[in-house]
Amino acid sequence: MVTGQVLIDGTAEGPLLRLVEPISFWGGVDPATGRLTDPRHPQHGVAIAGTVLVLAATRGSSSSSAIMLELLARGIAPAALVLGEPDAILALGIIVGREMGYPAIPVLALPPAAQALLPEGMLRIAKGGGISAA
Amino acid sequence: MAAGSRGPAIAMAARILNETAAMLGAERLVTVTSSHVDGCLYHGDSGTHFAERLASEGGRVAVPTTLNVGALDLLHPGRVQFDPRTAEMARRMMVAYEQLGCVPSWTCAPYQAGHRPALGEHVAWGESNAVVFCNSVLGARTNRLGDFLDICAALCARAPYTGLHRDENRRARVVVDTRALSDALKRLDAFYPVLGAWLGAEIGSDVAALIGLPAAIPEDSLKALGAAAASSGAVGLFHIVGVTPEAPDLAAATGGQPPARSIVLTAAMLRAARDRLSTAAAGTDRIDAVAVGSPHFSLAEFAALDRLVGSGRFKIPFYACTGRAVLGEIERNGMLARLGEAGVEFVTDTCVVVAPILPKAGGVLMTNSGKFAHYATPNTGFATVYGSLADCVASALAGRVTRDERLWS
Repeated sequence: MVTGQVLIDGTAEGPLLRLVEPISFWGGVDPATGRLTDPRHPQHGVAIAGTVLVLAATRGSSSSSAIMLELLARGIAPAALVLGEPDAILALGIIVGREMGYPAIPVLALPPAAQALLPEGMLRIAKGGGISAA
Repeated sequence: MAAGSRGPAIAMAARILNETAAMLGAERLVTVTSSHVDGCLYHGDSGTHFAERLASEGGRVAVPTTLNVGALDLLHPGRVQFDPRTAEMARRMMVAYEQLGCVPSWTCAPYQAGHRPALGEHVAWGESNAVVFCNSVLGARTNRLGDFLDICAALCARAPYTGLHRDENRRARVVVDTRALSDALKRLDAFYPVLGAWLGAEIGSDVAALIGLPAAIPEDSLKALGAAAASSGAVGLFHIVGVTPEAPDLAAATGGQPPARSIVLTAAMLRAARDRLSTAAAGTDRIDAVAVGSPHFSLAEFAALDRLVGSGRFKIPFYACTGRAVLGEIERNGMLARLGEAGVEFVTDTCVVVAPILPKAGGVLMTNSGKFAHYATPNTGFATVYGSLADCVASALAGRVTRDERLWS
């Protein structure tokens, strides 16, 4: 088991989905379907709903928090986010979502080198930031 | 404020601010003197509900606050082709932000609509191009605030004291040497978006100092550089030695410390970055529309367009996106009527990559904007061809792609 830095605490379970290249949620994720929509991204078309989404880096628009909020409102958000470094923009969408009464998801920061060691398959996130195979 | 002394809307905004500040490891909040809000663009009903909750609970901005683009062109009804329900939710969102006391500027270039904080001023801005311009060109201080944190900061006049608010994070850690590039290339308007696109892809969110650029760079070129760097990467601040206010010399830009990285930029690296801005098949001469104005077109850019068009008439749709402040100026000076006759379609309050405006049939979109080139394909389905403003005009007059390649080879 590894432990990530807790940005938003919580529990979750879902299949690991590792983004092989950075993405901007705005322009890169369709808020109506939860699929990756940037045709330049190698995982174009993949659905992120329900996954433990592992991102080494994010990029681009500050509107990504709005996309995150809409994914939560529609119930098609990832089960958890594991970011390469603390990022206020995506986590902000979750903080606002909690104020609006939408279900929150845990967000952890874990350096890319440690992300690379996460096992493929189902992962479980525990309170306090523990990540283990489910 | 979080205790509710200024009402429930401010209390909610303060909770969001405090929680975000704690997550970022900020030891405190900093007082800000202005805000630019990006959260007013409709991405789904959740954003409308958030803004309406703040407004219905009595929220009112505490500092001068401009608004970024919305999803509708309020001056040209029918320009945006939403279904009626989406249009209504987008309109309600724009109304809610006005009710919160924001200035209905509806532009991604507020700094060219009278909103220009001073050197060293702490502000709270959203919209990545506005943030990078504010930090780099004006020398005011803001982080790249995510949507919703911008309005929370405006309501509370506070922002987390982290990142680019602090001296130590504003020094350049990367030095980019452009001296190997020709002076003629550096005089091209099309050079700066490409430089920005390369920079963002190369350094992500780092702060760079660029050396070897001309001492007099037009403001619109700095705007284009920043916008491209903030979309291909997450650049929030750059320094150009001898040009931007915090970089009178290299030592000032780096804080006198050795850079973590030094990069010598070559013409080949830049050409590769330029080619990445075009997603249409190489060598295609098909073109279905042109879009300019990301960030929103300035008065100077309209003057350049006016000179290039002359008495010509476009064979394909040519969209120019701008703010209502600039639109008012070109209406008064006669350019609006002249350019309209040439076939320019004006888009205000919004733009062609954030709202359904372009022809539904799709095809190839030509642009001089690194930001449009970055977002047009994922957001609109159009393939892109990148060129200078002169290339865009020549292509729209000819009805096929016409690019002057000489300086890039």
